[in-house]
Amino acid sequence: MRLSARVESVILPIAAVLIALAIGAVLIALDGASPWTAYTALLDGSVGGPDSIARTLERATPLIFTGLAVIVGMKAGLFNIGAQGQLLTGAVFAAWVGYRFSLPAIVHVPLAIVVGGLCGLLPAALAGVLKAYRGAHEVITTIMLNAILVSLTEWIVGARGPFHDPDAGAISRTPLVRETADIPRIDVYPLGFFLGVLVAFAIWFLFGRTTTGFKLTTVGQNKFAAEYGGISAARITVLAMALSGFLAGVGGSIETLGVFGRFESGRNVGLGFDGITVALLARIHPLLAIPSALLLGVLRAGQTQMAFESKVAPEIIDVILAIILLLVCAPIVVRWILRLRKGTTGAESLQLTSGWGAS
Amino acid sequence: MGPGWRRALPGLITVAVVVAVAVLAYNLNPDDTTPVANRVFRDAPVLVLAALCGLVGERTGIVNIGIEGQLLMSAFTGFYVAAATGNIWVGVLAGVASGAVLGLFLALCAVTWQIDQIIAGTVINIFVIGITSFLYTQGKRSPGGLDPIELPWLSDLPFAGPALFRSTPIAYLSIILVFVLHIALFHTRWGLRSRSVGEHPSAADTVGISVAGYRYLNTALAGGLAGLGGAFLSLESVGTFERNMTANRGFTALAIMIFGRWRPLLAWAGALFFALTSALASQLQFNQVIDVPPQFINILPFVLVLAVLAVFAGSVRPPAAAGQPYVKE
Repeated sequence: MRLSARVESVILPIAAVLIALAIGAVLIALDGASPWTAYTALLDGSVGGPDSIARTLERATPLIFTGLAVIVGMKAGLFNIGAQGQLLTGAVFAAWVGYRFSLPAIVHVPLAIVVGGLCGLLPAALAGVLKAYRGAHEVITTIMLNAILVSLTEWIVGARGPFHDPDAGAISRTPLVRETADIPRIDVYPLGFFLGVLVAFAIWFLFGRTTTGFKLTTVGQNKFAAEYGGISAARITVLAMALSGFLAGVGGSIETLGVFGRFESGRNVGLGFDGITVALLARIHPLLAIPSALLLGVLRAGQTQMAFESKVAPEIIDVILAIILLLVCAPIVVRWILRLRKGTTGAESLQLTSGWGAS
Repeated sequence: MGPGWRRALPGLITVAVVVAVAVLAYNLNPDDTTPVANRVFRDAPVLVLAALCGLVGERTGIVNIGIEGQLLMSAFTGFYVAAATGNIWVGVLAGVASGAVLGLFLALCAVTWQIDQIIAGTVINIFVIGITSFLYTQGKRSPGGLDPIELPWLSDLPFAGPALFRSTPIAYLSIILVFVLHIALFHTRWGLRSRSVGEHPSAADTVGISVAGYRYLNTALAGGLAGLGGAFLSLESVGTFERNMTANRGFTALAIMIFGRWRPLLAWAGALFFALTSALASQLQFNQVIDVPPQFINILPFVLVLAVLAVFAGSVRPPAAAGQPYVKE
């Protein structure tokens, strides 16, 4: 069977998710648990009622942002695998603005979000500069910055750090942010999620309708052609990384201000890698980041209840997500399973490896 | 001096400085330098094996971002197979095999499916983190490490002698492999053909060298090297398996590979340099010479990687076809 590229681009990701869930079911059964109990608990914990749905939206929110962060990078031919560290930095500094200053809510919330975004921007922009002007590949630099930022955020909110909550004793966390810095909820649903949706539309607009977006994609597709056309590839590389880091930082800020109310070390883990899955599942389309993030949000929100009710190790979700990632990257496997012929257009796999050297 | 010597100069200077400082420090206080030396030769084999893995792959044109995952997977299988069979050598073999299997998988992604190599490597990393966390069980014990082999006379040398020449078989093997790969890459038919596949695959293809064949073979061999490193990490260096225990060593190894200009001997020097820096930092803190939060010490190796890349990455030339899928015309 042969499908048009458009139909296939919808069917392949969905098939990837279903196949991964099926493999997950086999693994759960091998682990001695009941897949039926596990998956019903997963759904109950993620979409079973208003509170569960609110939790899914909470989990999906930072993933929209890290997903968009990865997408922005990939559009410009860069692979930012450091969204995790950028998000943590944003989350910490948003918390600091949130508890340290006393301001009216109308200023406080945006200020904390923007400061968080800028703090995510800085390390990413550094990676961009190292790439553009020193030839250091962003995959290595961003993962190193990840490790550095994880340690530094641990320190800054730890017992010896400047942002430590004096009432927390040995727990590494900041004080609660002031009420004026809280991102409110609509009923039980977190407003932050809807901000994420707005930002996804903004990024979509950026790439579809603006000169800057055009420059970003041009550099991503052919750096040399871009230079020939008068676009400075180096500057665009720094800009793409900066925007990518800003988005991750905003994601962290919203997580702090809208969900936890403070920054606590060890709470916002795994969001950077999940962002990669969101981006690739969305086939680096900014709007598709929303459903992709929601899907991962469902898996993450229901994870605890699933593990609790079926006694399967909660890390099964990580395995399922890894299989999803694998299958969306290797559509050939899904085609083989579905007995599909190759689609009409060959433009399916993303090439962004740009070597290690300066060129 | 010939161009080869000039290229090797930064590495040689590094080695000379390191040796000079080490000997000087040893004469000042052997109580400090002995633990540092021990730690260097306990950490370096993993780094050098991982760097060799990256190097063999890239010399053949395959960028391997999945080294981190290969190390973690083989640390996992090595430890649990050794724990289950009670035989440490079986564990080591299982580690090597699992590294090689992931290498084959990378080649499948890169050569046959033509997925972007960096994405394929990242997929390997994420997949391994997931599967090892899921299968992880606490409380397993390995049958203990391999017995060290002491080389007489050499082990009495100052500073590095007791640490280096009273090593375990895998640590010696890692050093032997550095020299073997150096000779193999630059003085054998396999090496010449591998490098031609990594530099100019269409030319290699024209003279009848199988580009895909060499890429599969070498990526699998390279995976075996990382597998040996991973097995060493869990069975020898640490003595147990923990989630995420590789702690970015695979990525550090890539920086070492770049620092070492895709040459085994320089990569070995780079691995020693990295291991020495982090060993010195923790010893300084242990002696309370410097009183800073432990997190600041933990980030030092990563800051070093960034510094090394910032200085060296732009001035070195990777194999020309690294990262490019080869499509026959």
